[in-house]
Amino acid sequence: MTITKATTHVTQNEALVFERSQTGRRGYRLPALDVEETSPDELLPAELRREDDLEGVPELSEPDVVRHFTRISTWNYNIDLGLYPLGSCTMKYNSRLNEKVARIPGFANLHPLAPEEDAQGALQVMYELQQHLAEITGLPGVSLQPAAGAHGEMTGVMMIRAALDARDGTTSDEAQRRKLMLIPDSAHGTNPASAHLSGFTVKTIRSTSEGLTDLEHLRELCAAGEVAGLMLTNPNTCGIFERNIREICDIVHGAGGLVYMDGANMNALVGVARPGDMGVDVIHLNLHKTFSTPHGGGGPGSGPCCCTAELEPFLPVPRVVKTGAAAYKLDSERPQSIGRVKAFYGNFGMHLRALAYILTHGHDGLREATEAAVLNARYIAQGLAETFDRPFDSPPMHECLFTDKRQTRKGVHTLDIAKRLIDYGFHPMTIYFPLIVQGAMLIEPTESVGRAELQQFVDAMKEIAREAVEDAQTVLDAPHTTRVGRLDEAAAARKPVLRWRPAEKAAGA
Amino acid sequence: MRYIPNSPEERQEMLRGLGLGSAAELFDSIPADVLLKRQLDTPAALAESELLELFESMAAKNAAARRPSFLGAGAYSHYAPTIVDSLIQRSEFFTAYTPYQPEISQGTLQAIFEFQTLVCQLTGMDVANASMYDGSTAMAEAVLMAERVTRRSRVLVSAAVHPEYLQVAETYVAHAGIELGRLEVDEASGRTTLDPSALEKDVAAVVVQSPNFFGCVEELKSFAEQVHAAGALLVVVVTEAASLGLLRSPGACGADIVVAEGQSFGVPVSFGGPYVGLFATREKYARQIPGRLAGVAYDKEGRRGFVLTLATREQHIRREKATSNICTNEGLIALAATIYMTTLGRRGLQEVAEQCAQKAAYARRQISAIEGFSLPHSAPVFNEFVVRAPSDAASLLRRLAESHNVTGGLALSRYSPDRPNDFLVCVTETNRRADIDALVEGLKAS
Repeated sequence: MTITKATTHVTQNEALVFERSQTGRRGYRLPALDVEETSPDELLPAELRREDDLEGVPELSEPDVVRHFTRISTWNYNIDLGLYPLGSCTMKYNSRLNEKVARIPGFANLHPLAPEEDAQGALQVMYELQQHLAEITGLPGVSLQPAAGAHGEMTGVMMIRAALDARDGTTSDEAQRRKLMLIPDSAHGTNPASAHLSGFTVKTIRSTSEGLTDLEHLRELCAAGEVAGLMLTNPNTCGIFERNIREICDIVHGAGGLVYMDGANMNALVGVARPGDMGVDVIHLNLHKTFSTPHGGGGPGSGPCCCTAELEPFLPVPRVVKTGAAAYKLDSERPQSIGRVKAFYGNFGMHLRALAYILTHGHDGLREATEAAVLNARYIAQGLAETFDRPFDSPPMHECLFTDKRQTRKGVHTLDIAKRLIDYGFHPMTIYFPLIVQGAMLIEPTESVGRAELQQFVDAMKEIAREAVEDAQTVLDAPHTTRVGRLDEAAAARKPVLRWRPAEKAAGA
Repeated sequence: MRYIPNSPEERQEMLRGLGLGSAAELFDSIPADVLLKRQLDTPAALAESELLELFESMAAKNAAARRPSFLGAGAYSHYAPTIVDSLIQRSEFFTAYTPYQPEISQGTLQAIFEFQTLVCQLTGMDVANASMYDGSTAMAEAVLMAERVTRRSRVLVSAAVHPEYLQVAETYVAHAGIELGRLEVDEASGRTTLDPSALEKDVAAVVVQSPNFFGCVEELKSFAEQVHAAGALLVVVVTEAASLGLLRSPGACGADIVVAEGQSFGVPVSFGGPYVGLFATREKYARQIPGRLAGVAYDKEGRRGFVLTLATREQHIRREKATSNICTNEGLIALAATIYMTTLGRRGLQEVAEQCAQKAAYARRQISAIEGFSLPHSAPVFNEFVVRAPSDAASLLRRLAESHNVTGGLALSRYSPDRPNDFLVCVTETNRRADIDALVEGLKAS
C-alpha cells in the first residue's frame, strides 16, 4: 500500500459543526416516554408550536461531536501547556482537585430554590468563603453575588452611590448630589464603564512620571467639592504599589468621597497587606484571578464585593448569614441594600473552587504564593532590563511593564513581539495596556511557573529583540507556526459575519 | 505549597540573584504602616484527602440534592450527555483565557461562533453574542439596550417575569434614567395583559417572559404587533431554554431582543450558578448588542479563522461610552451548552422538549384529579404549572419532603405572600413516571 501525502490535514481543517452535519445522524438516546401520550393538539395549540423543524441545527453522532471539539481544542493555548504571562489577568495553575470538588453531586445537583434547611452545606460553603475573604481583605462585609470582576465593580460603585444618598439624603436637589467619580488614567476600561452605568460622571486623574497617582491632581479635583469617590487599582496596572495609598484615601475621605479598590491585582497582596488597613471602603475580588478558579476561555468568573462595616447595609441581597452554631440562612431584610445584581446567589461553582484553593494553601501557603508570584515577576524584570525599555523605575510587584521603544526603530512593534513569542511556544503578554504607556507590554508570570521556564521566556524575548534588529521581517510576519496567520481584524469588523448560514442563503445574503 | 514549582531553596537563590536577603524585602515598596504584621487568620493547609472529606461532609448536609425534585423557576434539571462535562474538562478549554490572541485561541473562537449560530437558530434571531452572566443579567442588559436603540425611557415589564429577574433589572436601571412599569397578569388565564393605552410614546420596550414564571405560554405574536405599532421593542425572556425545542421561536413571533437562561442545555443546577445568559437580536441592532462577538476573519493565505469583532462597542476602546461594562462572560458554560445542543442536535432538542411537555401534561392530569387541588390558570403550558392546594403550600411541601422524600415544587409565597396556597411544579424528561406518581400519592396523603 502506498501512502500519498494528504493535502488537507483533518485536524487543522476541522469544519464548523453545521458543515459537518449529516441528515439522520444522532448522538443521543432518551429513555422511552413512560407516560400516556397526550395528543399534540391537546398538548399545545398549533400556532404556539415551532414550524421550522429546527432546520440547520446539526445532526451528528457522538464520535463526530467528540472529534470535533477535541480537534478544535488543539488550536488553543492553555495554562496546562505553559506560561501564560498576561499581565493583570493572572493566569495561574487551575487545580484539578477544585474541579472535582465543584462536581460533588451534593453540590452540583442542589437546586437554588431548595428549602434552606436542606441546603445547609451550600450555605456553609458560602459563609466560610465570605469569612476568609473578609480576613484576607480586612473588610468585614462580603457578598459573593456578583458574577465577574466588572459585575463586582458595578456593585461596589452602586454601593457608594447608595451610601452617599443615605448620608446626604436623597431629597436634596439633584444638582447637589455628588456625581463625580475619579479614575486614574491607567485604570482598566471597565472602571469608567461601571461608573457610568451607576450614574456617575468620570474625571480622569493623571499619573506621575513614576507611574503613580498624581496627588496634586487628586487634591485639585477633590477641592471642587462634589467628589463621590475614587476607583483605584492597587498595585496599579503598571505593576507598582501606590505607596501613598493612605494619603490618597485620606484626601478622598476628607472631601466627603469613598474609595473603591479594583481588586484585579489582589494576588500581589494576599497575606502581605490588606486593603481594609489602607483606608479602602469597598473592593471587588476576581476569584478567577487571585483564587485560581479557571478562566474557561472567557468565564465563568466570580467577583465578590468586600466592604467596611459602614457600607455593609448596602451590599446586595440576599446575604448569607449564620444563625446558630452550625445554622445558616439567606437574609433579604436589608432595607438599605442596592438590591439584587443576579438571580440566585452568584456563581456558586466558583465559590466552591475558591474555598478549596484557600483551604489547600492554608494561611502560610497563601502568603507563600504571593511571595513566589512577586519573585517571579522580579526575575523577569531583571532578566529583560537590559533589552527592553522600562517606562518606570519602581520595583515591580506581581507584574512588570516594558515598552517597544527600542525595537520600533527597526519597525518592530509590541504587536509583532507578541506574535513572535507564539513561535517560541509562549502565550503573549498583555499588550497596549495600560493605555498611558505607549507600546506597553505587561508581563505577569504568576507563582505557577518554575525558574527554568522563566529563563526560557527571558531568552525568547531577548532572541526576539535580536531578530528585531537583524531580521525584522521574520518578526513582522509572525506567527509562523500556527494554524492560521494574523487574521484581518479590520476587514472582519467592516463586514461582520457573526453566524453560519446555509451556503445558498449565505450567497444570497 | 505543592502548586508552586520553585522550591524554597530555589527561591532563596533567586532572591540572592536579585540582591535581596529575604522574601519580605520583595515588599519594600509597601509602607510599613500598611503591611500585615501577623499571619492571616484562615485555616491551616489541608491535604487533598482531608479537603475532599471536608467538602463531602458539607455536601452531605444538602439533603435536597438527593431527592427527586419538581423545582424549576429559573433552574432546570435536564440530563446532560457524559461527553459534555468530559469535553469541557480538556485543559485546552477550561484553562484558556479570553481569546485576545486569535492565532492561538481558534478553538475557543470557533466554539463561540458555533454557540452564536445555535442561539440564533433556536431563538429565531439574526445575531447572538458570546454570552452573558445569566438570564437575569441578560434581561437587565436588554432593558438598557432598548433605551439606547429607541432613546425612550420607559420599559414595561410583565408581572409574570421571574421575580428575581425583575429585581435585577430594578438594580440595573436605578441610575440609568429608565423607569420600569408593570404589566398585570390575568388571573384566569395566567397570561400577561397588554392594555393598548399603556403603550404611550415614551415606551422603549415591553418585556415579557414565555413560558412565563407561572409556566403559561404567552401570545407573543399579538404582543409584537401592538408593541411595534407603538414604535417600541419587544423583549422576550426565556428561563426554560428547553422549551425552544417545541415552542414557536420568539423570533418567528416578532421579538426584537431575545434573552434566555441557557442552563437547561447541559449545565448542572449547582445552587444557582455558574449558568449562561443568551442574548440575541435583529441584524439592524448588531452594533448595539452588549458583550463580546466572534466573527469570521481571514489571514493572508485566505484561510478562514475567527476573531473577537466589533470591539469598538467595548469598554477598552470607548471606556465610559461602552454599550456595557461586561468583560468576562460565561465562556466555558457557553461551550457546555454548545456541546449539549450539538450532541442532542436537531432531533434530540425536539425530543427532549416533547418529553418534558408530555410528562408535565401527565402530571397536570393526575394532580388536578386530586380532591381539593386545582390548576388556577387556563393558558397552555410547556413543563411548568401552578397548582392551588387546599392549604398552605409551604407547609404542605415541607411535609411532603419529610414523608415522601420528594421536593414537590416551589411555594409561590416565597415571592408572592398573597398566594399562600399556590405552588409551582416543574416536570422534565428526568422525572420518571414513578416520581410523578409518588408526588401525586404524597399530595393525596397530605
